[in-house]
Amino acid sequence: MALSYKDYLEPSQLPHMWCPGCGDGIILRAYTEALAELELAPKDVVTVTGIGCWGKADDYVSTQAFHGTHGRALAFATGIKTANPDLTVVTLMGDGDAVTIGGNHFIHAARRNINLTAIVTNNYNYGMTGGQYSATTPLKSKTTTSPNGVAEPGFDVCFLAEAAGANFVARTTVYHAVALKNLIKEAILHPGFSLVEVISPCPTYFGRFNVHPSPVNMMNWLKDKAVPVQKYREMSAEEQYEHFAVGKIVVKERPDFYTTYQRINGGQVAAEEGDGNGR
Amino acid sequence: MPEPKKMHIEIDKKSCKRCGICQGLCPQQVYTLAKDGSPEVTNPERCTNCHLCDLRCPDFAITLEVLA
Repeated sequence: MALSYKDYLEPSQLPHMWCPGCGDGIILRAYTEALAELELAPKDVVTVTGIGCWGKADDYVSTQAFHGTHGRALAFATGIKTANPDLTVVTLMGDGDAVTIGGNHFIHAARRNINLTAIVTNNYNYGMTGGQYSATTPLKSKTTTSPNGVAEPGFDVCFLAEAAGANFVARTTVYHAVALKNLIKEAILHPGFSLVEVISPCPTYFGRFNVHPSPVNMMNWLKDKAVPVQKYREMSAEEQYEHFAVGKIVVKERPDFYTTYQRINGGQVAAEEGDGNGR
Repeated sequence: MPEPKKMHIEIDKKSCKRCGICQGLCPQQVYTLAKDGSPEVTNPERCTNCHLCDLRCPDFAITLEVLA
């Protein structure tokens, strides 16, 4: 029998705690749809989360789950994947988890090219603790801790992962729900470190101060801000500032950590093979 | 254009948080919002089975079923 997304949800835990119009539910739906289409048994998938609104997602799934500490989801996931490479390991992190508190784990997981998938929900602020600004909050955006606007520019999560060496880097939004599901599927299948950054609305905090708190308005705002990668690269700096690129940004075949480790420790690596990064 | 399929659209009122995304983004205006903000299926015959409402529903509240 074909699997449905409902086979990956824990009905006793629903409805979830997220606010009306929060993108987290849409991403959880896309994630569970992707698992169902890949026909992965829930017992063979480990969902690893940290702390935050999106960090609660592990409560709602019927896969194996690990709820770690803030920012450390990737560190735990690295251990899980290295100890048991047969498992499909997916980490669900928010922008606070992935690149603010856990920024160091993030770049090193990408550098090591651990064969796992990171789904980073970027809602541009710390939603759970009251809407403080994070490392991805765009310059001049208003948050509860920056009522006059943030004085720091935000990280571009995808370019950070690309620079650190990730094998698969993609960005989309919750408005593009079908593309989101397909990118998650592709990320899970792609060997090495795969990142899907999902721009998601936080109507309660970020939307209230910067866009318009209506969930429908926030969805349309995401549609207007998103441009395909190719078009984004041709834009002027001013236009790029107002938009973000969506689609597949990096797809490469650098050998993942486990493969390289086995090869080196099996004594099969010849010096001329280099580090697999073209160097 | 192919003949549209007959659809049954179920909204789980216990899960729905009345965010209005289904009504606001449906390309075919299948839904309308009641006074309290909860969505109602008022034009089911217009549904083209595109699944954008149930995939974008943050609360798993919409189920689409193709009727024979």
